[in-house]
Amino acid sequence: MHLETLAPLTWLIPLPPLLAFFLIVLFTNRNKALSHTVALVCMLTSWALSWYLFFQVVRVEHFGHEVIESAVNWLPFGSEEVGTEALKMGVLVDPLTAIMLFFVPLCCVLIFVYSIGYHNFGKPRDAHDMPGNPPHGGIEPMYSRFFAFLSLFACGMLTLVVADNLLLMFVGWEIMGLCSYLLIGFWYAREYPDQYQITPRQASVKAFLTTRVGDVFMMLGIVYLYTITDTLSFREILYNEEVLHHLAEMPSVIVGLPAAGLIGLLLFTGTVGKSAQFPLHFWLPDAMEGPTPVSAMIHAATMVSAGVYAMIRMYPLMSAGWHHGSPLTAPMAAMAFIGAFTALFAATIAVAQNDVKKVLAYSTISQLGYMIAALGIGAYVAAVFHLMTHAFFKALLFLGSGSVIHGVEHGVHHTHDHIDPQDMRNMGGLKDRMPWTFWTFLIGGFALSGFPFITAGFWSKDAILGGAFEAGQWVVFGTLALSALLTAFYTMRQISLTFLGQPRTKAAAHATEDDPIFYPIILALVPLAFFAIAAGWVGIPNDFLGLQLGEINWIHEFVGGTLLEHPPAEVFNIIPLLTSILVAGGGLLIGWWLYKDIKANQADPLEAPLGPVYTLLKNKYYFDTGKYKTAAGEYGDNLIQALFVRPTVWLSEVFVSIWVDKNTIDSVLHGVSLFALNLGTAFRTYFEKPVINDSPDHLANGVQRFGRSIRVIQTGRIQQYLVVIMVIVIAIGATLFAVGR
Amino acid sequence: MDALQIVFLLTSLVILAASVAVVTVRNLIHAALSLIVALFGVAVLFVLLEAGFLAAVQVVLYIGAIAILIIFAIMLTRRVMQDTSTQTNAMWWVSAVMAVVLMAALAWLFMPGMSPLTFAITPLVPPADSLARLGASFVDPNQYALPFEVASILLLMAMVGSIVIAGEKK
Amino acid sequence: MIPLHWYLLLAAALFCIGLYGVLARKNAVAILMSIELMLNAVIINLVAFWHYLTPLVASGQMFAIIVYVVAACEAAVGLALVISIYRQRNTVVAEEIDLMKW
Repeated sequence: MHLETLAPLTWLIPLPPLLAFFLIVLFTNRNKALSHTVALVCMLTSWALSWYLFFQVVRVEHFGHEVIESAVNWLPFGSEEVGTEALKMGVLVDPLTAIMLFFVPLCCVLIFVYSIGYHNFGKPRDAHDMPGNPPHGGIEPMYSRFFAFLSLFACGMLTLVVADNLLLMFVGWEIMGLCSYLLIGFWYAREYPDQYQITPRQASVKAFLTTRVGDVFMMLGIVYLYTITDTLSFREILYNEEVLHHLAEMPSVIVGLPAAGLIGLLLFTGTVGKSAQFPLHFWLPDAMEGPTPVSAMIHAATMVSAGVYAMIRMYPLMSAGWHHGSPLTAPMAAMAFIGAFTALFAATIAVAQNDVKKVLAYSTISQLGYMIAALGIGAYVAAVFHLMTHAFFKALLFLGSGSVIHGVEHGVHHTHDHIDPQDMRNMGGLKDRMPWTFWTFLIGGFALSGFPFITAGFWSKDAILGGAFEAGQWVVFGTLALSALLTAFYTMRQISLTFLGQPRTKAAAHATEDDPIFYPIILALVPLAFFAIAAGWVGIPNDFLGLQLGEINWIHEFVGGTLLEHPPAEVFNIIPLLTSILVAGGGLLIGWWLYKDIKANQADPLEAPLGPVYTLLKNKYYFDTGKYKTAAGEYGDNLIQALFVRPTVWLSEVFVSIWVDKNTIDSVLHGVSLFALNLGTAFRTYFEKPVINDSPDHLANGVQRFGRSIRVIQTGRIQQYLVVIMVIVIAIGATLFAVGR
Repeated sequence: MDALQIVFLLTSLVILAASVAVVTVRNLIHAALSLIVALFGVAVLFVLLEAGFLAAVQVVLYIGAIAILIIFAIMLTRRVMQDTSTQTNAMWWVSAVMAVVLMAALAWLFMPGMSPLTFAITPLVPPADSLARLGASFVDPNQYALPFEVASILLLMAMVGSIVIAGEKK
Repeated sequence: MIPLHWYLLLAAALFCIGLYGVLARKNAVAILMSIELMLNAVIINLVAFWHYLTPLVASGQMFAIIVYVVAACEAAVGLALVISIYRQRNTVVAEEIDLMKW
């Protein structure tokens, strides 16, 4: 089929969820069933379109050289250098987009289905439930709103995926930023008794602001790129040897860094924010305050993947001037370093967390670090591969954790045993009580750990480790291997604490999956579990174990076509493989062994050996906002607070408000006003009052006095009048006579 | 000095004496009677001026009507003047001075030697039918018929007015 | 022959005497009498001028007649006023009738 005919379909892909958003917001808000139907139908439409497109393009030979692209003139700025007439907006489907279109809409659909069950659809609304707080067993009061936001989110992600230029991608990026704010703070009225525990509102603001920091730098990068190349279209910049070469050679404002490097670093900063890499990682664990489908959507399948996707998309720019064997360019080095560091850093924190969702949050940060590091060392296809598999198994894990939480909450309601349903220490023994959840969670957990051969995570992680090994990046290799060990360990810890052993609380003992609300939940979990296993098989290396298996590494063939030069196939080496198996298997074993039979109120087995390190890990290295209760019961400050919050508060409260505003500016103002007042008073006293005010009075008084003194003439006696007349007549006559003479 | 001049001088002496009496005597009845004498003298003067009709009018009108009226008024307001306070007010000397000054000025104006004006010496002879002419002028619309009518209206007004003013208020 | 200026002088003297009387006498009726004297002086003047300058036309005498008419009216109304004032204020002294003052 000719690719041009598929272009209109591409335009259509992001639109159904947008339509769903408006329909729900404007019309169907009151009807919960209609709202979720609208959302689900629109999402299914997008999914159908995406998969249709995908299955069309996978059959195209050398797809990547030929792509589906379609653009319209948007703004009339053009330049003759690049040969454009105007700034265009459009869609592009190349192999990378196709892969995204495979898993993103699928995950979204499954999460939509899951949400129907998660928000207790079918249950009557509890009279005690007010909008803004999580419901206690009844249907969520803001049910329709949730689906509206979720649809908008899906629209944003799909826009980002099919965009053909940086600006449109950035639009989708920002839409998702907005939706993450809306959805993390979904239960906006929720408060906690502990004043330092972060509320959903605070968490949503934190997420937005932190990612905003990254977005600003990303915008700078986009602008800088535009000023140099006069275009933002991916095909024109990234699939164009001349432009890439030009960017790699051209010096930027920073000495020693070419333009491509600076732009790459700036764009990478956006990803550091959006994909929660160190140091902008701290919003993601607190984003767990949102409902679990949100966590799955944002932090597994879509939003954080968007950051990695952006890096993958801009990879030709980041690696401009690099080829296998040469030293890494600046952006690549940054990515490698930060990615590897984050992977290890987050993994260490996850080891000591007790909230089931927080473990997964740090796990996400860690896995994203893997992908970034893979890109940093040049393992392009491995990064894409891991992105895809990670979406599946992380979404599965999050949804599974949501199911667990629901089950324990059920138990809480039954037994009135008021415990935190998200704390793993209150769980245990759920394997028998919630079998579907257990098996799917297990599959997901194994995939995350990289359980050899049968799970998808193994193949993708092995690809990354193999790439690192082959590139000779020993530090990165070692760090990633260590993180893999920790990943397996904390994953098994999580599974053991949650599902194995005996129930540690009454609520856990009464947890159940039997409720009808679990039908959509399980319906969503099963396909994800399938893909968590099967998705890895598309990436089995061609020369695995030295066997010549033919062209079975489909993903390498397909995705590699995105780049100008097809990346070379990895040469198989036994060492990374052995390392993968060792760390995965070892981590799983240790985790299982330590945690398989924890009793109620038993301290964590790691606490004693690690001692103060354990406290450090549990408190997330005292990094981000919120105070921490120390052992003595006091509240200590944390790094962000000390470095950023306090100085800013000081600056505004003391420096600007008091010193500058009150003392300096206000005193000038007061001086001016005093001067004006004195001037006015003097004017009034010395000029206006005596001259202008009083002189008419004096004049009037004078006239009055004069009149009073003269009026005595008027005596009323006629003869006196006549005498006066005569005198005057004679006087006049005499005067006239004298003058006439 | 012929006879007419002597008559004139005597007559003017009488007139002046009587008028001085009018303005000086304390007793008002005596003043009124002096006024009548003065008016008689003026009538004689009219005869000298060959305006006989006017002399008759003078006597009839002035003496017969106005002077009588004055006497009536004196009698009607008599009670107050029983006392014998001075007849002149406080400013009489100013008035006297002024009258003298005015007289001096007029005298200077009318004396043939000092004044720049010239006066006729001999009177002209009025025509024999001057009275007829006078009468005719009163009714001739080209002459003085209008002032005549206006004068009659004036008299009517004065009559009505004085009745109203002086009438007893009920 | 009597020169004209003798008549004029006489009339002037009569006028001045009358003027003095008007200004100096207290009694209102006496003031009116003095006014009659002044009017008489005027009539003498008129008739003298008629006789000496234009005896052929009647306008001199006519004017004198009109003056008579006016004098009569004025005397009548004036005396009526005096009587009315006498009734109101019980006085005919001109100085005491001084309500129209400041």
